[in-house]
Amino acid sequence: MLFTKIEMEKKRQIKEKEWRSCIDYWFWLIGYVCTIWWLVSFLYQCLPVKLIGFEAIESPGLRLKREGVIGVHPIVLVPGIVTSGLELWEGRPCADGLFRKRLWGSTFPQILKRPLCWLEHLSLHNETGLDPPGIRVRAVSGLVAADDFASGYHVWAVLIENLARIGYEGKNLHMVAYDWRLSFQNTEIRDQALSRLKSKIELMFITNGYKKVVVVPQSMGSIYFLHFLNWVEKPPPMGGGGGPGWCEKHIKAIMNISPAFLGVPKAVSNIFSAEGSDAAFVRAVTSGVLNFDYLGLQTVEHVLRVCRTWDSIISLMPKGGETIWGGMDWRPKKSNKLAKHFVSNNTYSCGDMQKGLHIKEPIKHGGVNSFGKAVSQLLASLLTTLDSESEEISSNCNSTNINLSCGNVRTECNEMHRESTPKVAKRKGNTGRTDLDSLNFVDPKMMKRAEAHFSHGIADNLEDPKYTHYKYWSNPLETKLPDAPNMEIYCLYGVEIPTERSLVHKLSASDKYKHIPFKISSSADEEKRSVLQNAVYFVEGDERASVVSSGFMCAKGWRGKTRFNPSGMATYIREYQHKQPSSVLEGRGLESRARVNVMGNVAVIEDILRVAAGVTGANIGGDKIYSDITRISERINLKL
Amino acid sequence: MSFLRRRKTVANSTSRGSDRGDDEEEKKKNEKKGENIKKGKNVEGKKIEKWSCIDSCCWFIGFICSVWWFLLFLYNAMPASFPQYVTEAITGPWLDPPGAKLRKEGLSANHPVVFVPGIVTGGLELWEGRQCADGLFRKRLWGGTFGELYKRPLCWVEHLSLDNETGLDRQGIRVRPVSGLVAADYFAPGYFVWAVLIANLARIGYEEKNMYMAAYDWRISFQNTEVRDQTLSRIKNNIELMVATNGGKKVVVIPHSMGVLYFLHFMKWVEAPRPMGGGGGSNWCAMHIKAVTNIGGPFLGVPKSVAGLFSTEARDIAVARAFAPGFLDKDVFGLQTLQHLMRMTRTWDSTMSMIPKGGDTIWGGLDWSPEEYYNCSAKKQKNNDTSGAFKNDKANIVKKNINYGRLISFGKDNAELHSSKLERLDFRECLKGRNFANTSSCDVWTEYHDMGVEGIKAVVDYKAYTADSILELFHFVAPKMMKRGGGHFSYGIADNLDDPKYNHYKYWSNPLKQRELPNAPDMEIYSMYGVGIPTERAYVYKFSTQSECHIPFQIDTSVNGENEDSCLRGGVYSSDGDETIPVLSAGFMCAKAWRGRTRFNPSGIRAYIREYDHAPPANLLEGRGTQSGAHVDILGNFALIEDIIRVAAGASGEDLGGDRVYSDIFKWSKKIDLKL
Repeated sequence: MLFTKIEMEKKRQIKEKEWRSCIDYWFWLIGYVCTIWWLVSFLYQCLPVKLIGFEAIESPGLRLKREGVIGVHPIVLVPGIVTSGLELWEGRPCADGLFRKRLWGSTFPQILKRPLCWLEHLSLHNETGLDPPGIRVRAVSGLVAADDFASGYHVWAVLIENLARIGYEGKNLHMVAYDWRLSFQNTEIRDQALSRLKSKIELMFITNGYKKVVVVPQSMGSIYFLHFLNWVEKPPPMGGGGGPGWCEKHIKAIMNISPAFLGVPKAVSNIFSAEGSDAAFVRAVTSGVLNFDYLGLQTVEHVLRVCRTWDSIISLMPKGGETIWGGMDWRPKKSNKLAKHFVSNNTYSCGDMQKGLHIKEPIKHGGVNSFGKAVSQLLASLLTTLDSESEEISSNCNSTNINLSCGNVRTECNEMHRESTPKVAKRKGNTGRTDLDSLNFVDPKMMKRAEAHFSHGIADNLEDPKYTHYKYWSNPLETKLPDAPNMEIYCLYGVEIPTERSLVHKLSASDKYKHIPFKISSSADEEKRSVLQNAVYFVEGDERASVVSSGFMCAKGWRGKTRFNPSGMATYIREYQHKQPSSVLEGRGLESRARVNVMGNVAVIEDILRVAAGVTGANIGGDKIYSDITRISERINLKL
Repeated sequence: MSFLRRRKTVANSTSRGSDRGDDEEEKKKNEKKGENIKKGKNVEGKKIEKWSCIDSCCWFIGFICSVWWFLLFLYNAMPASFPQYVTEAITGPWLDPPGAKLRKEGLSANHPVVFVPGIVTGGLELWEGRQCADGLFRKRLWGGTFGELYKRPLCWVEHLSLDNETGLDRQGIRVRPVSGLVAADYFAPGYFVWAVLIANLARIGYEEKNMYMAAYDWRISFQNTEVRDQTLSRIKNNIELMVATNGGKKVVVIPHSMGVLYFLHFMKWVEAPRPMGGGGGSNWCAMHIKAVTNIGGPFLGVPKSVAGLFSTEARDIAVARAFAPGFLDKDVFGLQTLQHLMRMTRTWDSTMSMIPKGGDTIWGGLDWSPEEYYNCSAKKQKNNDTSGAFKNDKANIVKKNINYGRLISFGKDNAELHSSKLERLDFRECLKGRNFANTSSCDVWTEYHDMGVEGIKAVVDYKAYTADSILELFHFVAPKMMKRGGGHFSYGIADNLDDPKYNHYKYWSNPLKQRELPNAPDMEIYSMYGVGIPTERAYVYKFSTQSECHIPFQIDTSVNGENEDSCLRGGVYSSDGDETIPVLSAGFMCAKAWRGRTRFNPSGIRAYIREYDHAPPANLLEGRGTQSGAHVDILGNFALIEDIIRVAAGASGEDLGGDRVYSDIFKWSKKIDLKL
């Protein structure tokens, strides 16, 4: 008895000691790792900068400075959608302590901490498209708004730094701050953003010795600025009251970087994965974390619902309908340059699908859908496998996109849709135009808001008085450019990055929305995966906006004196070929040009700097075209 | 039976548990004498014994890290309301912040608001720099953490100093003010300047579109901000824009500290014709400005700036010194930091805007001063009434004439002697001697080295300086700086304001020489400042005979008054004020010179004084206090915030209750004999 007692005591002691030593080792390990980490980072800090980046590429700003280029014209930067920050000014109790902290931008710390609260604050009112009561989220102002979107993800920082080299500073460099969630006219109604921009441009014009400004919009910023151009010359109250000639007097050139003039053939669902795809963190958060139904929250649906309250997204939907995006029987690109990324192993049902897709390629290309593409594609494919009507697959996806995103969040909507899909499916092939109709059918609330603010057609007669309404101002096909013969318009964009034009682009997307179809038909798990993989098509162009969207207006719509450009201002196309970053150390690569990346491109920066220094478009070499944009636009049959 | 056994062991183990402390000691012994205890059983002892010094270091670091992470995790997991809950438990329920309180009363955003930050508090960032500042592009040099000050102090000083001749940028360096609300909401992390006010305004509906931070480069002279950055034009444009976009509501301007002078300058500039002015026309202010609520405004200058310019010894001017007093005072690495700093601050023209203005008329002569019978112990008596009677007697004895008028005096005796007994040698004729030392050996150059021994001696021999002679002293000591300053600022009193020479911009920031306030009868001017804190008013200096590379004058910190109630402490005579700015400077203009229709205020703009009595924070949890009257902390004073919000929401001075005075400002200003 005593023995056992002693024995137990011993065991206990040993156990305790083992336990202790385990902790000791744990501490030791952590300490060891930390110390080494510090040592290495200390050494890294000590290393001279030159040594790390072998011979760092000389920044274009420095080179041009040596050439004697000095900034003359003040510069206005117009950020695009998603890339500029939003901060909280008034919120619900759940957002305590976040006053004037960024909700959107920087590191997105709040998504992880309180995702629902975060989404609630970022969404807008469903009917007005303005703030929900009790919540005020505003755009960050100043250069900080978009210079570093997420840490290490230089949106404008590189450009700003190079501009500073040739003499720019706060007084002649301005970043437009506008709430990119709102429709364009609402930014004026709520924040007077357009008035502020106007006054800022006037101020810079005066304080810099009556030098006209150079405007550098990017992506959605270019349609925002188009809206501004129309707004500023119109009489108040709808317009800015600048009077005719305001643009001529104040603006030297507009240098659109990857503009989205005719919309982007993909939208909501892809905004997170596309714009955010480079920022590793955002991607992790949006497609990784949100992917899980964690806590049964159905995060993707929530995100989509939030997105749909953002009017501005509608501005990115394709404009010009069949004329631009191709009708049923033909596409702008006849020559099939598509880099098809087929995955070799197909399951039985997918072989069928693939064939269908392959044969009906032209049709599919014409059918540009814009919303929740990945989602829609999934549902469409699922529905149609039941019908086994492969021809209709591609067209169905257009119509069914929205209702799927409703998913479980709004079930009645979903109900309605199950019934309506067959109907929609009967029509063979939806193109850009009918796409909108189907959207209208699917989500009347959203489209009602949208129709008050945006228009996506082509004007037959621009003199029609209805075109003075602001909803036409952001559509280049329904407005005239201002009367400013000395102004210049540049379209700068990158080419030869595979872009999808009509179908879902990324493999990851298929996983992302996996759980939604589950709820409809859980049997189709296997098929769905491969279908999507097959469905990846690429069109030449920038990652988001295809060449047509970026280049068509400069290549044809505004070239010379046309009805869209009555004063005949000069337009230039500057395309930039994409090079992959040569090494990891270079990070995002000075030569890279995937949409946002375009701004880190040496050639782009050089062009902008030269124009800012007073050079005209003809002097920097006029057009620079690598793609077959001219041929494509020739085929587009638009009355000019 | 077995059950019993088990119970026993349990009991045993608990008793063992209490011995755990001994166990650990034993273990330590084991570690030390690991060799001696080599019993087969003790496996652990062996293991520990193997651990070297590095291992235990690692263990220690790992331990700290783990604990730190654990705490961090706890901190992050803590609900956000927890700190508030704790504070409430200790100090009782929190006061509603004024914004929330007034919102309940139904106030909402009305007039747009313009903030004009003061000296030092605005951030500065780098736009172009020398080699040594690589990688700092658009990083804050001033404000934020001041990380660069420690990392590369010389480079930092080089980038922050301006050109000695022009007062503008040096070649190849461009340091520019940060713009937007972030410019001055926090000076350093956690040290609020405007943030509290902004947060409270936001509660009643303000946001970026109707709040504007008029950030400017506070180092350069006021007119140069326009010449270099067009700052004044931008402010004008922004005010016009805000008035236009907010339905024609006039703005409420809230300048703080030196911003007060800057905005005075602006008001004259905007109505003056181009090119020198802004060309806004003669009723621009009447059309665009509802009220100017000056917070802690040094209208007539600050005595502190005298000490700052003379020997870099005041807090506000050389605030960098306060950040690292030990570091800067010592000659670390032989860097002569103080001299570097002095050279840097001397290139900042704006510091000269705060040299006392109005000369002897305002600040007092050798034998009189407006506040001469100020009782420095008044504050204390309020606190302990028990010994009040006794103290009053004592106070009456103590109450004697203090020569505040002598802003600088050499030695305590000279500070107290009557002027008839004071023998002064004039320094003005004294020739500056040759360099009294080989200046090349000092890598820092201050103008003192040009003065030579004779010059310095002469300065000391003059013994006492009043506001007028201080100016002459500066002309003597630092001629280059004063030459620059003379082009931008003026310090006297105008006899005849109609004299056309007063149209020059150098008079615009001096309320006594400025050609009257704008013609805007509906405008209101408030002077809001804290009182109840001893404020530097005059200095006792000594001649310091350290090595040749040092500044030859120092405040004689060994000089103290006769008793603890004396105003003289540590070589500094103090009077009432907000720790930086004496009441006289902050309040005189509104108390007398602008009160009613005077020659300085022909249109009869209403002027109000709002004083805020200082109450130190009750405990540490309150941070910098909600009733503080200190120069910067007053921006977190709830009473002041409430007043400002009311004004911004549309209240007039009468609605606030007119004047609110604790100090003797009216009595003192009566003594000042200024033609009105």
